[in-house]
Amino acid sequence: MIEFETVSKTYPGQSVAVADFSLVVPSHRTVVLVGSSGSGKSTLLRTVNRMVEPTSGRVLIDDEDVRERDPVALRRSIGYVLQHGGLLPHRSVLDNIATVPVLKGTPKRRARTAASELLERVGLDPKIGRRYPGQLSGGQQQRVGVARALAADPNILLMDEPFGAVDPIMRRELQEELLRLQAELHKTIVFVTHDIDEAFLLGDEVVVLREGGVIAQRGTPAEILGAPADDFVRDFVGADRAERELHITTVDGRSIAVDGTGRPVGVLAP
Amino acid sequence: MNLFLDALAWLTDPAHWTGPGGVPTRVLQHLAITFAAVTAAAILALPAGVLIGHTRKGAGLVGAIAGAARAIPTLGLLTLLGLALGIGLKAPLIALIVLAVPSVLAGAYAGVQNVDTAITGAARAIGMNPRQIVFQVEIPLAAPVLIGGLRAATLQVVATATLAAYTADFGLGRYLFSGLKSRDYAEMLAGALLVAALALLLELLFAAGQRLAAKRIAAPAHEKGAAESDSPREKEPV
Amino acid sequence: MNWLSLNWPQVIELTRDHLLLSAPALLLSVLIAVPIGRLAQQRPRIGGALLGAASLLYAIPALPLLIIIPALFGVPLRSPATMVIALTVYGVALLVRTAADAFGSVDPRVREAAVAVGHSPRSVFWRVDLPLAVPVLLAGVRVVAVSTVSLVTIGALIGVPSLGTLLTDGFQRGIPAEVATGIIATMALALLFDALLVAAGRALTPWATIRHERPLPQEETT
Ligand SMILES: Nc1ncnc2c1ncn2[C@@H]1O[C@H](COP(=O)(O)OP(=O)(O)O)[C@@H](O)[C@H]1O
Ligand SMILES: [Mg+2]
Repeated sequence: MIEFETVSKTYPGQSVAVADFSLVVPSHRTVVLVGSSGSGKSTLLRTVNRMVEPTSGRVLIDDEDVRERDPVALRRSIGYVLQHGGLLPHRSVLDNIATVPVLKGTPKRRARTAASELLERVGLDPKIGRRYPGQLSGGQQQRVGVARALAADPNILLMDEPFGAVDPIMRRELQEELLRLQAELHKTIVFVTHDIDEAFLLGDEVVVLREGGVIAQRGTPAEILGAPADDFVRDFVGADRAERELHITTVDGRSIAVDGTGRPVGVLAP
Repeated sequence: MNLFLDALAWLTDPAHWTGPGGVPTRVLQHLAITFAAVTAAAILALPAGVLIGHTRKGAGLVGAIAGAARAIPTLGLLTLLGLALGIGLKAPLIALIVLAVPSVLAGAYAGVQNVDTAITGAARAIGMNPRQIVFQVEIPLAAPVLIGGLRAATLQVVATATLAAYTADFGLGRYLFSGLKSRDYAEMLAGALLVAALALLLELLFAAGQRLAAKRIAAPAHEKGAAESDSPREKEPV
Repeated sequence: MNWLSLNWPQVIELTRDHLLLSAPALLLSVLIAVPIGRLAQQRPRIGGALLGAASLLYAIPALPLLIIIPALFGVPLRSPATMVIALTVYGVALLVRTAADAFGSVDPRVREAAVAVGHSPRSVFWRVDLPLAVPVLLAGVRVVAVSTVSLVTIGALIGVPSLGTLLTDGFQRGIPAEVATGIIATMALALLFDALLVAAGRALTPWATIRHERPLPQEETT
């Protein structure tokens, strides 16, 4: 469980990036922070692994203030996926995935074997393990990024617009892959995006942010779509758009919200 | 430290400041040969560099010349020419010109070549002919880098002119060689300090000139010129 | 050629001397310039001053520097130490800027991602910054290597033996072949250094060479 307690952040010489943000992210759930660029999503995400220190307020993981933890050890215990993969260009794909286990002292050979298994897990051919990130497509790089985040088997995954830089078709595949993985792994995921469709598809809970990290509305995708809190949210989720006329279908025993064009936009909580 | 005191004593001795072997004469000689060599190199290399930068043909040649120039030992060039042309000023002057050419060429080429093609394209679009583009657009915008090339060449020549005294009785290098021969460390050190001071002075003057060129000619709207950081440093310490 | 066939043992010995002066100087230059360059890149304010100082040092002509060094460091004038110190001064002066540029060339997003997954500051340097700086750094080291090898010849003027000895000796005795041999041997040695560095670069940066050979399409949109 991750708790944000009235977290505020003001960068030196800047106006307030995040003001008094409070949120509880329950364990084994996916919470998506969605908002336009500059609304403070990344800042919030980065307070969890102490890449950013809040100006005031605290962040707790399982009731422990993250400030009590050594930042390096803390970061090794949390998976982190970024928009640009953030893979080390000079290390092979396998070594990239094995980074954190090796940093933690796992013997290289064992870490590589595990990395190879992870490649399969994220839907990649283990043969590409010997390549360098520069030789992979953007979508493949993002999958490797996810594999690296999973390598140390963390309880928490932080994902900062991980699929923002790949083409729409690839993004779709990656999203499905993540849903499949999460169904198996039950991590606690904080996912940041500016894409409301992605938020509804992936989030058990969605938090719509306005400028300054102010929560405009939070709830399940169905709740937000069904009853946008105000014009800002209505505008943001595009509830007025014709293709947003939702209906519910059932697939594999799960209720899926499908829009006017037949695209699934979210899974309704059971 | 008393070595430096000895050198200071040598420098403050009025006897060393007069006559044909005096400091002012030697400094003037040093500056004169430097100026002559750099001017000659500029006359030879500036047009070529601008042309190569403008046409963007022959870039590989510039790179090869710069690379080869770095590898040639200057002392070798000096002594070989000295043997071929005999004792006197001709050999060192030619050697200095040869050494100055690559820096001037590289500076002019790089400066012109780096001018944004959008700007030259716009100049053509409003009806400038090639000559006007070169003189009114490319050269002014290339000025900081072009001056950087002259700066590198000048430093190279000032340094090498010191060695010129090995094959000709000329310039400040004379103090170094006569001191080396007679094991007069004070004279040697005094000469070394004079050359170093001269080189640093020229370096600072050029740095200021380059900054001014960046500010006044290339980008008059900007307060700070970025001239220093991207000037080619092809000079070799000699 | 006749001169060389009679004197090749001397040429070989001088080549060895030349090598023993230039290689340590090059190594020292890299070892000193890399940390300074890194500091300059991380702290731009200190960095500006450091780079300015380096550029001034570099402006001091070599022969005068050779004569000033004994007075500063207390080493004898005609000693290899004087030579190595002077060469190192130039090497460092040239390399700090490249080193700063090299660390500056590392994509900050990669560095940040490395921090985010839990690299300690030390391992960010050793495992991320340094290896990624190698390509730019190496370009600078190649320039320094070639100019160091060429510069060693100046030592002959103060009596430190190297291939430069062939230049001064040949000049004084009026043997053009000896001078020419000195020039060619020096340039060959410089080329050899350069070739070795290029090979070392290939071995150290497999990711860079592979990417150039087999580019794969990428769908970057931002
Ligand atoms: N390192 C930083 N230094 C200064 N300002 C920052 C920094 N990071 C973010 N900001 C500012 O904080 C605000 C929120 O940024 P961010 O958290 O990155 O938003 P988002 O991820 O939603 O786009 C923006 O106005 C941004 O300019
Ligand atoms: Mg962001």
